[in-house]
Amino acid sequence: MRLTRSQRRKRRKLLLTEQEETLIVPHQFDDRQQQKETDNLGMWLFLATEVLFFGGLIAAYVVMRWKFPEAFVIANKDMDIVLGGVNTTVLLVSSLTMALGVRATQTGNRRMTILLLLVTMVLGIAFLGIKGVEWAHKFEEGLFPGPGFRFNGHAGPQVEMVFVLYFLMTGLHALHMIIGVGIVLAMVVMAARRRFSPSYYFPVEISGLYWHFVDIVWIFLFPLFYLIHPHL
Amino acid sequence: MNPADHIVPLKTYFAVFAALLALLALTVGVSLVDLGEWNVVVAMAVAFCKAILVVLFFMHVKYSPRLTWVFAGGGVLWLAILLLLLLPDFMTR
Repeated sequence: MRLTRSQRRKRRKLLLTEQEETLIVPHQFDDRQQQKETDNLGMWLFLATEVLFFGGLIAAYVVMRWKFPEAFVIANKDMDIVLGGVNTTVLLVSSLTMALGVRATQTGNRRMTILLLLVTMVLGIAFLGIKGVEWAHKFEEGLFPGPGFRFNGHAGPQVEMVFVLYFLMTGLHALHMIIGVGIVLAMVVMAARRRFSPSYYFPVEISGLYWHFVDIVWIFLFPLFYLIHPHL
Repeated sequence: MNPADHIVPLKTYFAVFAALLALLALTVGVSLVDLGEWNVVVAMAVAFCKAILVVLFFMHVKYSPRLTWVFAGGGVLWLAILLLLLLPDFMTR
């Protein structure tokens, strides 16, 4: 439906009635509901490809752990379960604030949306900071794979491969976190510019889907690298 | 608000969050107890429970059309094919 000039002006000033607002959809959609479902499905399709993006590394992990279980036990001694647990908690809280942020957009609470999305961003950055501290420790201890790898224990080459997996998987996850923080920042800017309403909140909702997906990846990475029992 | 939109009650989100924290405490606790091979089974089972809670409630799949369920399940299905067809090779050598 095309807007008249006066409707466009009213829309900018948020003077359209809710009913009018619901009728304005890009021309390829029948209505808001179809637009919402299309947006959501697009993101879910992307997330399915992301599952397989991480899937290759998960497959490598499963094969390595099947063949060299003791290497994972040895490498596990160098994982900080406290920092890992704190980071898991940070991400779980950020998922809650993200979900509440989407809800605030649905109910048209702009200030609450911006506040909750900012908190989500800060938690994401805190996660990356803690992750950075862990990586820095590994670098100092010579546990980064490559020419500088200094590990004078049993099964050195296998343990090095575990750290290859560790840095690849947590690194790819951290890259997703950085992109996620950028996306949430974009949502904050859009919300501040009054781009959302209770009938049009889909960008925030699908950004939330991405954020929750990245949280789920960490939900699996945490036990895979931090919670390996010393007796196997 | 659109006719078919579903706004999840706040208490649902907080209950799911509390369950996620409880499961995190559970998985860390169990990892400190020696269960032999069952340690990894419990850790993965708890991770799956947490993931399902996030998908159903935080990601609204519980309130979404069936097509969303198909798309969400699709990613898991292909991952299962990847792992289940890969492992027998290594397990039977």
